[in-house]
Amino acid sequence: MCQEKDKNLTILCRCEDITLDEIREYINQGVTDLEQLKRLLRVGMGPCQGRTCTPLLINEIARATGRPVKDIPLTVFRQPTTAVKLGVLAGGINHE
Amino acid sequence: MNKTADYVIIGGGVIGCSIAYNLAKKGAKNIVLIEKKYLTSGATGRCGAGVRMQFGTETNCLLAKNSIEMFENLEEELGYQDSIEFKQGGYLLLAYTEKMVEQFHKNLGVQHKLGIPSRWVTPEESKEIVPHLNTQGLLGATFCGKDGHCNPFKTTDAYAKAAERLGVEIMTYTEVKQLLAQDGRITGVETDKGVIETPVVVLCAGSYSRDLAATIDIDLPITPERHQILVTEPVEMMQGPMVMSFYHGLYCQQVPHGSFVMGLGDPNEPKEYNFNGSWQFLHEMAAKATFLLPPLANLRVVRQWAGLYDLTPDRQQILGSVPGFEGVHLAAGFSGHGFMIAPMTGKLMAEHILGEETSLPISMFDFSRFARGELFVEPSVV
Repeated sequence: MCQEKDKNLTILCRCEDITLDEIREYINQGVTDLEQLKRLLRVGMGPCQGRTCTPLLINEIARATGRPVKDIPLTVFRQPTTAVKLGVLAGGINHE
Repeated sequence: MNKTADYVIIGGGVIGCSIAYNLAKKGAKNIVLIEKKYLTSGATGRCGAGVRMQFGTETNCLLAKNSIEMFENLEEELGYQDSIEFKQGGYLLLAYTEKMVEQFHKNLGVQHKLGIPSRWVTPEESKEIVPHLNTQGLLGATFCGKDGHCNPFKTTDAYAKAAERLGVEIMTYTEVKQLLAQDGRITGVETDKGVIETPVVVLCAGSYSRDLAATIDIDLPITPERHQILVTEPVEMMQGPMVMSFYHGLYCQQVPHGSFVMGLGDPNEPKEYNFNGSWQFLHEMAAKATFLLPPLANLRVVRQWAGLYDLTPDRQQILGSVPGFEGVHLAAGFSGHGFMIAPMTGKLMAEHILGEETSLPISMFDFSRFARGELFVEPSVV
C-alpha cells in the first residue's frame, strides 16, 4: 500500500495497488523472477490477472537485469479469462 | 559445477526451507537446498493456506498445536521484515451425520487432553460464529479459535531468508536428476548443473520424492493427486473462520487480503501429475459454496489453480530415515496437510538428522510402517 507521502505514487498494478517503487525495491533486492514477484507482492493477482501490469513488469525486470524482454518468462495464465460470479457458475436461478 | 556439501535438502517448499533453517540454527554447516523451479512452486504455493490444531490423533494434534504456537512468533523468530499474514479466525468443522458427530466428540476428547481450546457448537452457535452459514441439515460443529490462516509464500520466504542468513545456500531452477549411492550409503546428488557430493540427503520434494527415491531403488508409497482451489475478488472482512465440511469435502476461508480461498476434494480424481484446472471443479465448487455460504454467490472468481497432494496409503506424512540405507532422510507424503505443521516438522527433522532425541515422537510416521502394515489413521483430514 502506498501511504507514505513522499513515495513515488506511480501505480503499476492497479488491482492490488502496488507502486513502481515497491516493485523496484524487490527487484533491487534480487527478486527478478516474475513468479516470485507475483507471490511476494501480489502483482498480477487481482481481477485483471496481470493483463495490465505484466508487460510493465516484464519491462522493469528486463531493464534491471539487462535481459531482452523476450527472454523474461511469463507466469501461467489461469482461468477464468474474466471474473465470473460464483452464483453464475453455480447456475443458480436463486442467485440472480 | 561440481561441489560438496554436508547436507543436501531437495525441495524448496515450506518443509525444505523449515528444515534448512532449523538445521542451520542448530549449528549445522555447509547446507545446500535445491529447488527445481522457484521457492513454493510445488505443493506449498498451491495449498489452501489454512492452519489448524483440530486433528483426531494425539500426534497430529501435538504437531499442529506446536506449529501454530510457532507461527504466532515466527516473524520475530526468523527476523522477517514482512508479514506472514497469520490470522487466527478459527476453524469451524461442520458435522452432518451421526457418525461425524460421534467422531468429532472423540476428536474433542483427544484435543482437550492436550490443551487445545476447541469446543462443540450447536447449529445456532455456528450461525453466531459465521452469520451467513446455511445450517440446513447441520447437526453441529466443532470450533477452535486458535486455528486460522497463514500465507504460504511469505512463510516460506521467511524461512528461506533466515536460513540464508545462517549460511544455507539455496539453489533455485536447479533440478536433481538422481540420487547417488554406493553400498547402501548416499554419496551425492546429480543435478542438471553438476554433481554435489554429500553424505546426507533430505528428501522433501512432495510427490516427486517418490521419483527421486526410485533412483536409488527405494520404493516410496507416494502418489500424486490433484486438488483444486479458486480465489475470489477481495471484499470487506465478513467471515472470521475457515469453514470446513468433510461431508462436502470442501473448505472455504476469507484470507486477510479480503479474498475468499476455497477448495474441494474429488474422490474420483485420477492419481497422476496434473496441474490443469477443470471446468467441473469451478462448477461444483460454486454450487457447494453458494449452498453452504449463500452470500458468496455475489463474489466474482478471479482465478483457479491446481496442486498435488502427495498421498501415502494412510494419508499421513513419512518422517525419518530409511532402514538399511545410510544418509537418506524423508519428510514427504504430507497428503494435503504439510504447510500447517511445517514449523514443528522442520524442528523435529533437524533434531532427527543430527541424531538428537526429537522433541516429539516421530516413530509412528516412519517409512517402515507400510511394510509392517501399521498404518497411522487420522480421521480428520479432507
